[in-house]
Amino acid sequence: MSKMSTKPVSKGGQLLSSILHHQLIIPIAALLLLTVFNLIADPSFFRITLGTNSAGHPVLSGYLITIIDYGSELAILAIGMTLVTAASGGQDISVGAGIAISGSVLLRVLCGTESRPETLQAPIIVAFLVCVVVAMIFGAFNGALVAYFKIQPMVATLILFTAGRSIAAWINNNELPIVSDETFSFFGGYIPGIPIPTPFFIALICFVITWAVLKFTTLGLYVQSVGINEKTSRLNGLNPEMIKFITYVLLGLCVAVCGLIKVSRLSTINYSVIAKDIEMDAILAVALGGNALSGGKFNMGASILGAYVIQFLTTTLYKFDVQSDALSAYKAVVVILLVVLSAPVVREKLSSLLKLATSRLRSAKSPT
Amino acid sequence: MSTWKKVLGVVLTAAVCSVGFVGCGNAKNDSGLIKVGIINNDPNESGYRTANVNDLKNTFTEENGFDAQFSYSLKNDEQISFAQKFIQDEVDYLLLSAADTAGWDSVLQDAKNAGVKVILFDRTIDASPDLYEASVVSDMNKEGETAVEWLKNQNLDKYEIIHLQGVMGTAAQKGRSGSLTDTASQLGWDIVSQQTAEWNAEKAQQIVQSAIDAGKSFNVIYAENDDMAKGAVAALDKANISHGVGKDVIVMGFDCNRWALEELKAGNWNYDGQCNPFQSSYIVNIIEKLENGETLADKTIVMDEKGFDAATITDEDVSNYGI
Repeated sequence: MSKMSTKPVSKGGQLLSSILHHQLIIPIAALLLLTVFNLIADPSFFRITLGTNSAGHPVLSGYLITIIDYGSELAILAIGMTLVTAASGGQDISVGAGIAISGSVLLRVLCGTESRPETLQAPIIVAFLVCVVVAMIFGAFNGALVAYFKIQPMVATLILFTAGRSIAAWINNNELPIVSDETFSFFGGYIPGIPIPTPFFIALICFVITWAVLKFTTLGLYVQSVGINEKTSRLNGLNPEMIKFITYVLLGLCVAVCGLIKVSRLSTINYSVIAKDIEMDAILAVALGGNALSGGKFNMGASILGAYVIQFLTTTLYKFDVQSDALSAYKAVVVILLVVLSAPVVREKLSSLLKLATSRLRSAKSPT
Repeated sequence: MSTWKKVLGVVLTAAVCSVGFVGCGNAKNDSGLIKVGIINNDPNESGYRTANVNDLKNTFTEENGFDAQFSYSLKNDEQISFAQKFIQDEVDYLLLSAADTAGWDSVLQDAKNAGVKVILFDRTIDASPDLYEASVVSDMNKEGETAVEWLKNQNLDKYEIIHLQGVMGTAAQKGRSGSLTDTASQLGWDIVSQQTAEWNAEKAQQIVQSAIDAGKSFNVIYAENDDMAKGAVAALDKANISHGVGKDVIVMGFDCNRWALEELKAGNWNYDGQCNPFQSSYIVNIIEKLENGETLADKTIVMDEKGFDAATITDEDVSNYGI
C-alpha cells in the first residue's frame, strides 16, 4: 500500500477511507440525509421569516430556528453526557430528574414561599447560582457512587432517576410556582431586539467554554485515558476516581443550565413531565456522535452535532404530521438505521468494500 | 481515597433514600371513630392528584369522626400489599384508587370475608361488582362531549382545529379525543393537526410551533389538559397570533388548574373543562348511608363536572374549582 500511495487514485481512496473513519462523518451524514429528504419533500422547510412576537419584538421563525432553539438544551446536556460516558464507560440516566430538581430549586429561590409572587424574591443570577450548586451536589452524589463505590453508572443514577421528581415536587411543597416577571422568560425565549432565540446563545457560550477547557487544560486527555484504561492511568499518576467524580459534577452543571432554559420557556414547572425522557435523547446524541458508549476516546463536536440532528429529526417528524401514535416508531426506525451504520463493525466492512472497489478500478485502468 | 468522601457519599445516599420512603401513620384504636384505610396514587403524579390527596386528607380527619390511614403508590403490587395490611388492621372501610385495573379479585375477596367495606374512587377496576360497595368516578366521555358541545355552540364560520392529545390509551385521552373526532367527521370540521403531546407543555409548544412554521391556518386549539394548552399559547405568543375571547384562536384546556382558570378570567383562554378531584364529599355521603343501614341506589356514582366559559367565569369559580 505504501508503495502505491504515490499514485493519485490510491491517494483518493485513502482520503475516502479516512473520511469514512472520521467520527464526524456519522452525524454529518445523518444531517445531510435529513436535509436532502426535506429539500425533496418540501423546500419550504428551510424558509426563515422575520416577524414580531406578541410583545412587539422582532423574532425569526422557521423550522431551522426551531431546531437550533429546541436542540440547544440537548446539545448542552450532550457535552456533560459525553464526558461522563468517556470517563466512566456508562451513562447518567438521572439528567431528566436532575432538570426537574434544578428547575424546582430555581423557582423556589425566585418565588420564595409564595407560589405566585408579584415580584421576584431574589435576583435571577442568585437563584441560578443556587440551582447550579444544588445540581452539582446531585451530580457529586452520582459521581461518588460511581467513582468511589464502584457502582455501575446506570444503577447508581437509577436512584435519582426514581426519586428525583419526587424530590423536585417536595422542594416546592407540591405547588406549581409561576413566575410573572418578564425578564425571566428571556432565557428560554428572546431578548428584546435580538431575533435569535436565547437558548442558542446560551448553548454557544457553553460550546466555547467547553472548547477552551478541552484545548487549554488536560481534562480531555485525562478523561480519555481513564476511560481507555483505568489501571494504566493510575500507574501514570492520574487519579481515576477523582476524574470520574469531576465528570459527573460537570454534568450537574450542564443539567443546571438546561433546567434554567426549560423552566424559563414556560415560566413554570411540571415535575412529572419536564424534560421527560431527555436522558435517552442525550445518550443517543453521544452515540450518534460515534462515541463508544463503553468509554474511552470521544469527540465533543460530534456529540453536539448529534444532539442537533436528533432535534432535526423530531422537527421533521412533526412537520410531516406523522400519526401521533406512530411517531416513536418512526423515530426508532431512523435511530436503528443511524446506530447500525455508525457501529464500528459496519463501518469497517463498508470501508473494506470501498477499498476493494477502488483497487479493482485501479487494476482495470492499468492492466500490467 | 480519603474517608470523608466516602462518609459524604453514605450521608447523601441516606438523605436521598429517606425521601423516597413514605411513612404510614400508626393505627389507633379509638372507639367511636370510623377506621378508614385509603390507598391512592402518588400525590406528585399531577396537580389533579395533589388536589385529590389534599381533599381526602382534609375530609377524613378525627374532627369529622374518622381514623384514617393513607398510603400511596403508583404500583399495583405495592397497593395490594397496602390493602392486605389494612385488612389485617381491621379497618371499617377501604378506599381505593387503583393503579391498575387488574389483579384485585383475591384481595377484595379477603376484604369482603373480613367484613371490610370497599369503596372505589377516581378509577374503576376489572372485578366483580359484588366485591365493592360503590365507585365514585369521572366520566371522561362526558367531559369531552361537554367541551365539544360548547365548541359547537360557538357557531364559528369554519372550524380548523389543532388537536393536542394526552398519553395515548389513557382513559382521559380516549374520552376527550372520542367526541371531538366523532363530531368533526359528522359536521365536516377540519382537524388541521392531531398529535399527542403526552400531557407535556414543551411538546405541545413544539407541535403548535411546527403548525405555524408550516403556514397552516387554524382557529381552535383543543388541548386535552391545561399544561398542553399553556405550551400551545406560548407558541402562539411567539408568532404574534392573538388568542382568547374575541381573538383569532380559541384556546381550550382541561383539568381546571387555578392558574388556567385565571387565564380564562383574563380572557386569554376560552374554555376549561373540569376533571373533578374532589371526591371526598361523595365518599362521606356513601359511608353515612351505609352506616345508617341504607342501601345505595346506584353502585357507580358519576360526579358532576363543569365546563367553564371565559365569558361567564367568576372569581368565585376560580377559587372554588381551581386545583
